Amino acid sequence: MRALAWHGKHDVRVDTVDDPQIVNPRDCIIKVTATAICGSDLHLYDGYIPTMQAGDILGHEFMGEVVEIGAKSTLKKGQKVVVPFTIACGSCYHCGKHQYSACDNGLPADNQDIAQELYGQPMSGLFGYSHMTGGYAGGQAEYVRVPFSDVGPIVIPDGVEDEKVLFLSDILPTGWMAAENAQIEPGDTVAVWGCGPVGLFAVQSAFLMGAERVIAIDHFPHRLELAKKFGAETINYEESAVYEALMVMTGGIGPDAVIDSVGLEAHGFFVDNVLDQIKASTFLGTDRAHSIRQAIIACRKGGRVSMPAVYGGFIDKFPLGALMEKGLTLKTGQTHVQHYMPALLNAIMEGKIDTTFLISHRMDLEDAPKGYDMFKNNQNEVTKVVLKPGFN
Amino acid sequence: MNDTNPHSDDAPPTTWKRGDSLGAAAISERKDDAIVARAVTINRPVAEVFAYFRDFANLPTFMENVERIDILSDTRSHWVVKAPAGKTVEWDAVVTEEAQDRLIAWTSEPGADVANSGRVEFRDAGARGTVVTATIAYDPPGGVIGKLIAKMFQREPAIQARRDLRRFKQLMETGEIATAAMNRKQHEEELA
Repeated sequence: MRALAWHGKHDVRVDTVDDPQIVNPRDCIIKVTATAICGSDLHLYDGYIPTMQAGDILGHEFMGEVVEIGAKSTLKKGQKVVVPFTIACGSCYHCGKHQYSACDNGLPADNQDIAQELYGQPMSGLFGYSHMTGGYAGGQAEYVRVPFSDVGPIVIPDGVEDEKVLFLSDILPTGWMAAENAQIEPGDTVAVWGCGPVGLFAVQSAFLMGAERVIAIDHFPHRLELAKKFGAETINYEESAVYEALMVMTGGIGPDAVIDSVGLEAHGFFVDNVLDQIKASTFLGTDRAHSIRQAIIACRKGGRVSMPAVYGGFIDKFPLGALMEKGLTLKTGQTHVQHYMPALLNAIMEGKIDTTFLISHRMDLEDAPKGYDMFKNNQNEVTKVVLKPGFN
Repeated sequence: MNDTNPHSDDAPPTTWKRGDSLGAAAISERKDDAIVARAVTINRPVAEVFAYFRDFANLPTFMENVERIDILSDTRSHWVVKAPAGKTVEWDAVVTEEAQDRLIAWTSEPGADVANSGRVEFRDAGARGTVVTATIAYDPPGGVIGKLIAKMFQREPAIQARRDLRRFKQLMETGEIATAAMNRKQHEEELA
């Protein structure tokens, strides 16, 4: 089959590789009909994520048709499914609590060592996202082996177009969980850093959860326009001082809840960020993190900090004092996708959430390397690239 | 053991920073043995977890280095274990202590390629399932062959025990052992 493989920093190629097969009884094989490039794929593209190996197949946002099932899969051939990016078993203690991204059994035993050393305990597996998260082949391919297919993939009703439901795999539940973690109360003002797909879904979700005002922060005019469409007020951090603007816009109080959906590759030349870049390039620290610092400083006393953004390692100058002194609550984590999928599928079907607005480019899988390059270098216009095998 | 405990805390002897030999003595008569202890919580009833482990013929399904175990009698078994460079090491083991759903301990009989002993305790953890604590003691061998074996046994038992317990947990909880292999050929290469 054809698949998008990582070969090094800024080097991804569509290669011909062996087809996947059923290996374990709960597996299924899907024929991919649509897959997307995620903002977090750019972390891999830019070489920020350790434990990548040449030839690794990328992609964790994908859907397709079930073409083969293992003896214990509950799916049927021919069903259309969206696959969660988190690989979770459904039978361990954490899955029982719907903390799917904390699944004990999603990672092969040998791959658990790195996360155990780095984080204390290993997390769930992820598709196409380095060997630390399992080394599973991803979905930017013609076919994918999907483990635990009896608990992961969600079956899509006939006649629903792929583009409406594709984002159930990651960014929609991630934006939703980000808003949920912000513990929004009616009347709240919520500030969202980053108007990428997760940020934009967080904006929509925050309003659905009762926020009175949402303030969206970015520097790409087109992305701020999209946020505005959903009713957000905007701050362009290249034109305005974010903290001062937020304080004035909230009558000197600060936002009740703040959401950082930027993460470890925060743009912008702030003093601390430039320092982080120097340290990242000299391996003294791995994460650049201006957005989370600013969010904590801006948040009102006793407020809530939600951090859906991906951080992998260590940062310094973290405003721990502000977090403590102001009595903030910090909630974060990889998304428990399986938990949110059914309700969000309903919300899409009922027209409560708009998903397709995000897609700016559709391409053949063969053109994936071009898609990465465009997404990386023109983030203003390229909001989401959807790849379809056989599109041309 | 409490009589000789020089510690003021409740940490398991196998995690003591000093007094290693006392920790070893907790499970082995050979006080110079290296000791490895690992715990895992398995979300299944204790009777089921114990029964699977007690049938030593099952152990190779999750113990990566164990090629096979022949059952000789209710208490004796013959172990064939992979060693570096395609070699194997073998020994007979005898069960030294057993309590239904609580404990199984074994030790190698005289003449073993690598003298070793193990003790696995099972504790009913209610809604969380079963806590399994495994303690392995072994005598790092000498000589050239010994060095090869030591390479496996000195460096790896800590890692190996941890990985084996994770595989045991996966098998008990999910009915399979997680793998990222894309196809059966890759999977067979992993297991080889």
